[in-house]
Amino acid sequence: MTPEEITDILKKQFGAKIAGFKFETAHPRVEVEKSAWPEVARFLKSDPRLQLNFLRSIASLDLLEDEKFVAIYDLLSMRPPTKGGDAWTMENEFSVHVSTERSNPHIPTVAQVWPAADWHERETYDLMGITFDDHPDSVIDQDGTHPRRILCADDWVGHPLRKDYKFPMEYHGIPAVTEFDQTRPIH
Amino acid sequence: MSWIENRLEDGLIITSLDWAINWGRSCSIWPMTFGLACCAIEMMAIGASRFDVDRFGAGAFRASPRQADLMIVAGTVNFKMASRVKRLYNQMPEPKYVMAMGACTVGGGPYYKNGYHVVKGVDLVVPVDIYVPGCPPRPETLLEGLMRLQDMIKHQTLARDRWVTAKDAALTPETAASN
Repeated sequence: MTPEEITDILKKQFGAKIAGFKFETAHPRVEVEKSAWPEVARFLKSDPRLQLNFLRSIASLDLLEDEKFVAIYDLLSMRPPTKGGDAWTMENEFSVHVSTERSNPHIPTVAQVWPAADWHERETYDLMGITFDDHPDSVIDQDGTHPRRILCADDWVGHPLRKDYKFPMEYHGIPAVTEFDQTRPIH
Repeated sequence: MSWIENRLEDGLIITSLDWAINWGRSCSIWPMTFGLACCAIEMMAIGASRFDVDRFGAGAFRASPRQADLMIVAGTVNFKMASRVKRLYNQMPEPKYVMAMGACTVGGGPYYKNGYHVVKGVDLVVPVDIYVPGCPPRPETLLEGLMRLQDMIKHQTLARDRWVTAKDAALTPETAASN
């Protein structure tokens, strides 16, 4: 199915919650409102025409000028072997953009729909700072309730892949400066 | 040997006893496997048959720090890993040596400029005796590092044992808890 057909099915089902689409790029996508994202995700997985049951990855964009974060969900449909050969086939490919404002980034989790989202959302929180609400592996600390960090240390300050991240000067007594006589954190 | 350590005047050389002990220590350095990243592959290469490290007596890689003499830090050390490196170094019994293998442990390596989570050289965490540069160092380079370490051990003397003098600095409960 082409991305246009998938978008038509989604628009008939959800109407205004599909905020936009863009098919002329190398990565055709649809933009979904973040409040409606879990039910759209359940529909994408369970609808018999689509069956997008494989979450390939979650990427995230830091749009500093537009003051947004965008989480990009890359979905596939893997069908089990029907007859003859014993290879799974890939039917549909699709991608979804969910954007949130940069000052208070929260996106509802879809870990209950695709189990792969569990670790990908932890990585997106760790490196970009988008908090996923109701994540199954959340911890509560001075930054609120957020998914547990997966790559950086648990008491790391900041989110390294943001465009305005400042490198730490030291961590638990170990110096992290790279220039001689460095006194200010650098980007 | 503690009855003789650091009790004799400087300049007195206990030749044959030192020679025998140093010979024993240098020809049976048992490394601890501490392969963290790509340099671990080259460390495995010296453990294998072509660049045999067992002919130096160092072929017995011990998994536990309690049984090892040499900690070969092979690979990039993160800030998350640094506390574990320090803990394992403290668990090794003396005499112990540390080899910084590869560019990442020598001085941050390719991650020096933009690595926000990389310790710029493992000597910021543990005291290093020998640095082996390379990315990764060839197995022959690592063996040369091991041979230089053997030379270093052969020039040590019991009369000035550096681990005993290090312990003389008072180890208060606060400094002990931070290790």
